[in-house]
Amino acid sequence: MDALRLTRGRRRASRSAIRERTGRAAALGATAGVRAAFIWPALLAILFVSIFPLLVSLYISLSRLKLRRGGFDFTFIGLDNFRELYVGGERSHFLGVTRPLTPLGWLVLVATLALLAWGLVRAWRGGVSVLGLVLRLAGSLLAAAAAWLVVHTLLAHGGRPGTAVVTVVYVLVGVAIQFVLGLGLAYILTQGLPGQRFFRVVFLLPMMITPVGVAYMFRMLTDTGKGPLQPLWAAVGLGDFSWVNDPWGARIAVMVGDIWQWTPFMFIILLAALEGQDTETVEAAMVDGANRWQIFRRVSLPAILPVCATVVLIRLIEAFKIIDLPNILTNGGPGTATESLSLHAYLRWRTLDLGQSAAVAYSLLFIVTVVALSYVNLLRRRVADE
Amino acid sequence: MSATRMRLMPRRRRSVKDLPPLGKLVAYLILGFWALVVLFPLYWLAITSFKLPIQVNAGPVYLPFVDFHPSLDAWHYIFVDLRSDTLRPYLNTIVVAVGSSTLALLLGATAAYALIRFKYQPRVGVILLFVGCVLLAAAAVWFGAPLPLALVVAAGIFALLASTVGRRFKRGLSNRDVAFWIISQRILPPVAVVIPIYVLFQRVGLLDTRTALVITYAATNLPIVVWLMRDYFNTLPWELEEAAVVDGASTFRVFRSITLPLSIPGLVATFLIVFVFAWNEYLLALFLSSADAQTMPLTVAAQNATRGPQWWYMSVLIQIMILPVIALAIALERVISRGLLVGAVKG
Repeated sequence: MDALRLTRGRRRASRSAIRERTGRAAALGATAGVRAAFIWPALLAILFVSIFPLLVSLYISLSRLKLRRGGFDFTFIGLDNFRELYVGGERSHFLGVTRPLTPLGWLVLVATLALLAWGLVRAWRGGVSVLGLVLRLAGSLLAAAAAWLVVHTLLAHGGRPGTAVVTVVYVLVGVAIQFVLGLGLAYILTQGLPGQRFFRVVFLLPMMITPVGVAYMFRMLTDTGKGPLQPLWAAVGLGDFSWVNDPWGARIAVMVGDIWQWTPFMFIILLAALEGQDTETVEAAMVDGANRWQIFRRVSLPAILPVCATVVLIRLIEAFKIIDLPNILTNGGPGTATESLSLHAYLRWRTLDLGQSAAVAYSLLFIVTVVALSYVNLLRRRVADE
Repeated sequence: MSATRMRLMPRRRRSVKDLPPLGKLVAYLILGFWALVVLFPLYWLAITSFKLPIQVNAGPVYLPFVDFHPSLDAWHYIFVDLRSDTLRPYLNTIVVAVGSSTLALLLGATAAYALIRFKYQPRVGVILLFVGCVLLAAAAVWFGAPLPLALVVAAGIFALLASTVGRRFKRGLSNRDVAFWIISQRILPPVAVVIPIYVLFQRVGLLDTRTALVITYAATNLPIVVWLMRDYFNTLPWELEEAAVVDGASTFRVFRSITLPLSIPGLVATFLIVFVFAWNEYLLALFLSSADAQTMPLTVAAQNATRGPQWWYMSVLIQIMILPVIALAIALERVISRGLLVGAVKG
């Protein structure tokens, strides 16, 4: 615990150092023109790919594309695209088919709701500001709705998840497994075993490989007839099973590919963080007779917790953009079982349904933003500075 | 400062007592298992490219020269028969990846430097004013005003209002807010912004050109560059620059002749990271290029759509695509991991 407090102190010091430095900048004779010349090119480039397209996209999502001779027109139709996605004909594709719950579904739903209620009560008792309480309430309601949807499509008799639910499953399962694997491998590699360098380089490799290539490799591996693992599948009685033709088999294949590719990202950063921690605290803990697990749990983990929080956030944001793997590995199929939101939007674009495509993309943006903001507010701020 | 400390601290072998023999065995088993998981697909890729179609379709064979006789047919087909169809996308990928990474590094590094060294206080009111004028121009264009006229008028109104009313706004943002805004752009899913970019490039006739891809990739990778380089510049000593300024060097000169040479390790790491992103990018290329500017990920992906899975050809294509980046990874593994860590520590 002391290690954590130490890092925090150091960080606070560094922050005031930054403030002091930027304060001195004016004294260095950088005129307003020079300062503008340094930052505006970057700002303009970002405006070009973010704000401007977002505004246009918003308009497109509220309109319908009509082809006419020699071109096309956008007709404003209000929220029709979104209505179709959330309550209309596209609902089963986008959100999924909801069915009565199984007992396990009830259990999960009740547990989630209880957890949310507990969080709210705690916040209320803890004396949060009115705005904070309102935001928390809104967040909890959203989370409850999301939990309701996930449970009614995944843990129900005959329910079927839509692209939104599938994407969330990809992200949560993928990032969790990547983090645990990455941390575990990084920890083992800091134990001073011979041959570290070899493993470090090998473990980094999947991250550098193009996702399209990864998708093809896993298509070969999941081929139960001609793939290299054919004897294995035959031995466990799955010789005739087709991974990519079974909805859950296909989703698992996509997730395995994603985990294979992105565990290195977690691994490489966590390894560098573990190697960078103070050796003194570890040695002190050892002198005090702590065992390996205690040292990891009480000294190393708290010291790298801010880094952990950040890598998970980065992966969380990036994982929502998944498209290459499901598109190549399974073509989004069987049916629409493995489609992610990005792929959904792309396929709509390809059929020239631009309004619907933009509506899906906007929904994705909304989900990512809410997830990232709640993560930052609930977790990261608690473990990182401030 | 923790980032600096981490970099400056000598990497010392932990004086922890070594793992017990059983622990060592378990550790090596786990490491070996994961190494197998990582390497086996790559091995399979490599040997598949030396197989004939009949050898692939007959079921799995594992060892060249033992199980099957390797042949160069697939390589021959890709490099000789398809020659230009392979080399053109390959060249495109190189040009786009190098060009966009360089551009992103140039713009991003200057912005990151500015955010560390200068003090910005954009006023909230002025930003709102700017957004209002942009909307005004957009509305004017929508109702039929010519674009140049709308832009000029909007810029004029903005300049007028900013110089008169602008000074009265009190509420300002800090450098941290600007940096946070830039970095938060990474949250945007590309699919949410790509359609307008597509329409825009179509209007100006840049669709399916390398230029379009270079511009788009550079802009989407900018946040990463700003995020990593900001923390890197922050670890550089300030005194050198101060001395140069006292000697009469201009800000640009200080940046070019002192700051940039000092930060070459950080620049290399950042370049590599954005380079790999640009090299492997799929979604934007899918929208913005079709034939002339097609990049390798699209070429590889297209193998599926046109001829069904022809594993032997695909293996060759994927291999020539991943070999350069794998070589980079092996040579510069340390640099990459350091570069990423600096960013993750500060967030």
